[in-house]
Amino acid sequence: MKKYKIHILSIIGAFALLTSCGNNNGQNSSNGALNASAAEKMYVAPGEQDEFYAFMSGGYSGNLTVYGLPSGRMFKEIPVFSQFPTSGYGYSEETKPMLNTSHGFVPWDDSHHPDISQTNGELDGRWIFINGNNTPRIARISLSTFETEEIIEVPNSAGNHSSSFITENTEYVVAGTRFSVPIPQRDMPISDYKGNFKGSLSFISVDPEHGHMDIKFQLMLPGFNYDLSHPGRGKSHGWFFFTTYNTEEAHTLQEVNASQNDKDFIAAVNWKKIEEYVNNGGGTKMPANYAHNVYDESTHTATTTMKKEVVTVDPLKVPGAVYFLPTPKSPHGCDVDPSGEYIIGNGKLSADLTVHSFDNMIAAIEAEKFDGEAYGIPILKFEDVLAGTVKSGGLGPLHTEFDGKGNAYTTFFISSEVVKWKLGSWEVLDRKPSYYSVGHLMIPGGNSRKPFGKYVVALNKITKDRYLPVGPEMEHSAQLYDISGEKMELIYDFPTHGEPHYAAGIPAEILAPKAKKIYRLDENKHPYAINNPSEARVTRDGNEVHIYMSTIRSHFTPDNIEGIKVGDKVYFHITNHEQDFDVPHGFAMIGQNTSELLIMPGQTKTSVWEPKQVGVWPFYCTDFCSALHQEMQGYVRVSPASSNIELSWSLGD
Amino acid sequence: MRTIGKFAFLFTVGILISCGGKEEKKEERIQIGQKPKVESIKVEEPTSDEVPASKRITLDNKGVGEIKNLELPATIDNAMVERGAALFKTNCTACHKIGKRFIGPSPSGIMERRSPEWIMNMILDPQLMVAEDRCAKDLLVEFNGAAMANQNMTKEQARDILEYFRTLK
Repeated sequence: MKKYKIHILSIIGAFALLTSCGNNNGQNSSNGALNASAAEKMYVAPGEQDEFYAFMSGGYSGNLTVYGLPSGRMFKEIPVFSQFPTSGYGYSEETKPMLNTSHGFVPWDDSHHPDISQTNGELDGRWIFINGNNTPRIARISLSTFETEEIIEVPNSAGNHSSSFITENTEYVVAGTRFSVPIPQRDMPISDYKGNFKGSLSFISVDPEHGHMDIKFQLMLPGFNYDLSHPGRGKSHGWFFFTTYNTEEAHTLQEVNASQNDKDFIAAVNWKKIEEYVNNGGGTKMPANYAHNVYDESTHTATTTMKKEVVTVDPLKVPGAVYFLPTPKSPHGCDVDPSGEYIIGNGKLSADLTVHSFDNMIAAIEAEKFDGEAYGIPILKFEDVLAGTVKSGGLGPLHTEFDGKGNAYTTFFISSEVVKWKLGSWEVLDRKPSYYSVGHLMIPGGNSRKPFGKYVVALNKITKDRYLPVGPEMEHSAQLYDISGEKMELIYDFPTHGEPHYAAGIPAEILAPKAKKIYRLDENKHPYAINNPSEARVTRDGNEVHIYMSTIRSHFTPDNIEGIKVGDKVYFHITNHEQDFDVPHGFAMIGQNTSELLIMPGQTKTSVWEPKQVGVWPFYCTDFCSALHQEMQGYVRVSPASSNIELSWSLGD
Repeated sequence: MRTIGKFAFLFTVGILISCGGKEEKKEERIQIGQKPKVESIKVEEPTSDEVPASKRITLDNKGVGEIKNLELPATIDNAMVERGAALFKTNCTACHKIGKRFIGPSPSGIMERRSPEWIMNMILDPQLMVAEDRCAKDLLVEFNGAAMANQNMTKEQARDILEYFRTLK
């Protein structure tokens, strides 16, 4: 094996020599992706597998995409907040409830910040959470089935952006509002915003066994914008930190009016203290209306429960629960280093980074060194909590991640670069351009006590000339840097789907061994599942017809159905009797006002069809399943509404 | 090393397939407008005087896979039969019907044609069998290219199904 590597290296070396003589269009060698050694670093040979999974949020696609690192190959798009015809998610009868909200069925959202569950501050790979930004929701996705299992709506929230971040034992997934709103919602003049609107920070408990989410409490803070957040860890475990902007409480032309104050705040929330307060009966039960959608893996079916109450907490009633840390220039990202000591405020309109010290903060609180208050919440003195400032020379810092070796990496949106700097000395160690206008960045485990500091992915907002042009709209670019050495090296550049805001990465060895391959037929508890083809049947109840159907390579049982009438509502309940990895069957019916279904081995899914025309109408399998896939089809005879033809069904006779 | 092994294997399979392919020959004209019936589909006769795979007796062939040797006790275990029948019903009847040719052959009388090892290997890894076992490959051709599905049975489950097959005459 080693011998091979030497051969490959020498070949690549020779290639590098050759190409370095040629014209490389004026791009210098710091564009590491052009180097043959960079090619070797990201190359994953056919049949080999990647070292890391990367989960990229889909932004306005509403979904979550799964990539491999370092190859940049995309493996899957997991539907979360959006209908997804590829699998039938949000179209099948079983998954429609996943998209229910207090506003009715909302088939889309804007997904932003995935975060993987943790135990003792380290990634445990059970679930990944992600926020829906527009109609505030938090989703939980299983990391064994890679399917969305639960979505909870967040009431009293708007622009659910400082979400969804996980405490270090997954006690809570936290969701903060970006936009403040009247709470409860009511008819009032917009111009009365100041002092009347509120910002809610929701702490959603996660059941340690099943992962089920429940809003434990909502903290009602002043009407600022709560932009991003991160949990404390290690010694700061029990605290949560939120950046704010628009402390001006402007309600119009925020572009100007929310940028007046020289400093905004990082809100430090002692959630352990509030949890104790709520456990002792504190807080106010407030009427609310929000959807809780849970998908049951054994019935393959989601159900919606409308919840009618939420516990709210007034911060002034829990002394010592919330403090404001002044932070310059409308801070965006709020990041906590692996030790839990440093809280980084990325002042997006600044050139510098502000780093607060947790120890300093505690000392200042204990000494009661306050610099006034905002709506009764104590403000600490900037100088008292400051640990240091990173003078980067870049412009527009947004987000910071950590490599676990004492270094931090910060993206600069305006100057399009990633800057590496040292925690403690605040010196800048390296900087590399990104292409272009980088937003978040991701180091696998970068939001935990134990980062895997081998690669950083920069998630860029603007693509322009990086790829072949495909009209005005381009997929966003991501750049992969090797950070194992002293200097960062750009080794690859690949397109991503939708708009990945944040991402989360995890070593493949944690997830791959427990990835589910099939659903076991003997564990299928779907009420319309059939266990074997002899149970296949068609039943009628008024104009509602239920077809109990099964599939296996390569036929449907039954495949000839008669006695359906115009005006019927026909439910195809299809159970895939395959028990082999990666053998789904599809189902599509001509003229159906919904999407196809893709049914995994051992799974049952239901599709509705309301035939409007008399005739004999075919259905077929949409997934090329075998050499006889083209034969996998059937017919439904549709008779006039007045017809007396009895229901009948058959296969092969 | 592994790669070379794989290539050699694929190459061999390639040769095997190309040789086997000569045996099939459709002599019927395309027929239109007839009433098809699964039962009445005429089995293609191989050009050689070889017996069709479904009728061949291959009791000496243990097939390819993890079951190398299996001695069946003289008496039939009824508890196993019961479990095997239930497993067969759920996992196999979509393609195999008792006493009737369907997508695949009927298991009736299979114990007189195939060795217990061959049957279990076929249940446990049909893909490997089709790639490496002559009889399994010929069956695939005889049955229209309808590849047998791997139903992810455990060894114990496959053994239960085998016990059930012992009761089918």
